[in-house]
Amino acid sequence: MATLAGTVPTGYAGGRAQVLLDWLTTVDHKKIGIMYVVAAGVFGLVGGALSLVVRTELIETGAIMGADTYNQMFTMHASIMLFLFIMPVATGFANYVVPLQIGALDMAFPRINALSLWIFLFGGILMLSAFAFDGGAAAAGWTAYPPISSNTAGNIQPAGVGMDLWLVGVIALGVASTAGGLNFLVTIFKMRAPGMTMFRMPMFTWTVLVTAFLVVLATPVLASALILLFADRNGAGGVFFDPATGGQSILWQNLFWFYSHPAVYIMILPPMGIVSEVLPVFSRKPLFGYRAFVMATVGIGLLSFIVWAHHMFTTGGVFLPFFMASTFLIGIPTGVKMFNWMATMHKGSLHFNTAMLFAVGFVMLFLIGGITGVFHAAVPVDFALHDTYFVVGHLHYVLATGAAFGIFAASYFWFPKMFGRFLNEGLGKIHFWSMFIGTNMIFWPQLMLGLDGMPRRINDYADNPGWELMNQIATVGAFVAMVGAVIFLFNVVHSIYWGEKCEEDNPWDAGTLEWATTSPPPVYNFDRLPRVRSERPVFDERHGLGAYASSEGESPPQTSS
Amino acid sequence: MASRTAARQPVNPLKSFFVGNEPMTNGLWGMVFFIFSEIMFFSGLIAAYLALREDALEWAPLIEGVYDHHAILEAEFRPVFFTILLVASSIPMQLAAFAIRKGNRGGMKLGMLVVMVIGTAFLLNQAVEWMHADFAIGDGPYSATFYLLTGFHGAHVLGGLLFIAFLWMRSYLGHFDAHRNTAVEAATMYWHFVGAVWILVFSLLFLA
Repeated sequence: MATLAGTVPTGYAGGRAQVLLDWLTTVDHKKIGIMYVVAAGVFGLVGGALSLVVRTELIETGAIMGADTYNQMFTMHASIMLFLFIMPVATGFANYVVPLQIGALDMAFPRINALSLWIFLFGGILMLSAFAFDGGAAAAGWTAYPPISSNTAGNIQPAGVGMDLWLVGVIALGVASTAGGLNFLVTIFKMRAPGMTMFRMPMFTWTVLVTAFLVVLATPVLASALILLFADRNGAGGVFFDPATGGQSILWQNLFWFYSHPAVYIMILPPMGIVSEVLPVFSRKPLFGYRAFVMATVGIGLLSFIVWAHHMFTTGGVFLPFFMASTFLIGIPTGVKMFNWMATMHKGSLHFNTAMLFAVGFVMLFLIGGITGVFHAAVPVDFALHDTYFVVGHLHYVLATGAAFGIFAASYFWFPKMFGRFLNEGLGKIHFWSMFIGTNMIFWPQLMLGLDGMPRRINDYADNPGWELMNQIATVGAFVAMVGAVIFLFNVVHSIYWGEKCEEDNPWDAGTLEWATTSPPPVYNFDRLPRVRSERPVFDERHGLGAYASSEGESPPQTSS
Repeated sequence: MASRTAARQPVNPLKSFFVGNEPMTNGLWGMVFFIFSEIMFFSGLIAAYLALREDALEWAPLIEGVYDHHAILEAEFRPVFFTILLVASSIPMQLAAFAIRKGNRGGMKLGMLVVMVIGTAFLLNQAVEWMHADFAIGDGPYSATFYLLTGFHGAHVLGGLLFIAFLWMRSYLGHFDAHRNTAVEAATMYWHFVGAVWILVFSLLFLA
């Protein structure tokens, strides 16, 4: 943190030690947000490195490393990317941006906010520390299905504390995100500036609100499942989940997916909100269909609680028609969003800087992720594709080119607000294109391999025609994408110190409240707030539309359709 | 917006009873959402209990001659007594909240003291229950769910007691009055929740 902290004018006489202490003890939502993003970025690099190990193993038929090592690699890659990268980095941006967007001084509970950050770091380090112990880290996949994850002798999960550290780590992360979710709910409901009604909130704040509901209602169910599995492994003798001792492995799957399907939306909704902020700004148009977009977001949130068993179609323990129908329904609000984004860009004055490129890339590639998801919703198709690389391709199109692209768009978009300097656009373009080309090289072949029947989670594969070539393309793609990630890292470090200065409050001519204060904002965010009479108060003020506002708080003529 | 219009809103009797007539503070909203998350946590545990019980051939300790909850309930009044006691302790806790709403800190402390005594007694009885139970957690689904449900409920009782004890000590520093009492109201809500969960857990473990 010290290097980061050094760039922020603090005015302390105590030097670097004082600055460091200030960051370690801060309850300011902006500093906490930056620490979330930085910590998640470091974890994300580790997770990315593990994915390179996985891809290297698959470059040719024949095993390079043992199956056990490979199991640890893909398990920890997934666990890190989901729990330690995508979720906390979105939490970090939400921490920084949401109080600014609603015109608040800080979060509702600043100290609980700091507590969430430190519990998150503790849980992450706990999970990763398993590599240092005998038996290594968790190796049962991020889904940790019993009996693979139970401690019966001869199991896939090697003996040792790796799995237990994983369980306790994820419980800690769950506590952190539940506390964070409570905080966002109260902040968004109770801390909005005068005039900021619910239907004037920026779209990113809306998606964070729905996400917070999902976190608060779903994460505790995961915690209960993790505790039962921990008990199973340590004393309860597998009575809950291990079929060998009378437990029900499907019970774990039900409890796990009751959290983990909403978790997909916990990971994708904030990036959807980010894209909905970036696209209008660089299309020079308001977001098309604001209310429809809000309804679609709420609809996805509600539906997310009744679709979990579509992960378990092949178990035979699921009422197929209901979960097939409910899963298909998810396509409707998601489709509404796709049309919102396209209509926002339609006939807009498009500015293709890096933030916009990542947002457009999100819309394009998330479409592939979404449509392959609809394939899986159909039970007969799912029976054929279950546990093949098609699933891997699908989920990475949603998360790696969806959620992660949204996060990169947010980085380029809000960096000037956070640090008062721009990220370098030239490096940004290289970053985008290597990511765009690299990720498609990885995940499109995976979709094709899946259709061809290649199973996932194996360290060696049969010498079938074309499989080796497809895997090699994917492996090269992984390295191309990683080059992009390293360039981005260099860009961030370089730009914090030497980037082009951003003197303006509102460099992008955006409309939401975070652009009404200085870049970076003062400790208490706002010296003054513009009148909030629409969902774009800063735009209204700049263009004189605030004059429409009456003292009763009526809306001016709608600026969105 | 809420703060501006709160004064003009008609009185909601339910809200008025639980949190008084002043606007809900952030802290109280936080406690409401926290209780929602706790409900989901216990839902997960109880779902596991119901699923295992549905599947079990016989729902009792698998070892013959050991402590069985139906038997103990027929022989002794103790479990019912402590259940009534814990649920009834919501009354002194709510009276403590009523007292501090009127600025009566002495009344609040008295109510809290009663709650702390009852809560501690309840936990001691749980310890007796666990000593009676001559089966281990790994003996089967009956024993595992018994220890986990009572254990996690007990942990929540302990958490509530520590919360209330902390507030009780703070009151000696002159904290809390008719207008600044969010923490007391929040603790009261939480205590009601702990009692309500016990009704459910007790019904499942002893009665069903």
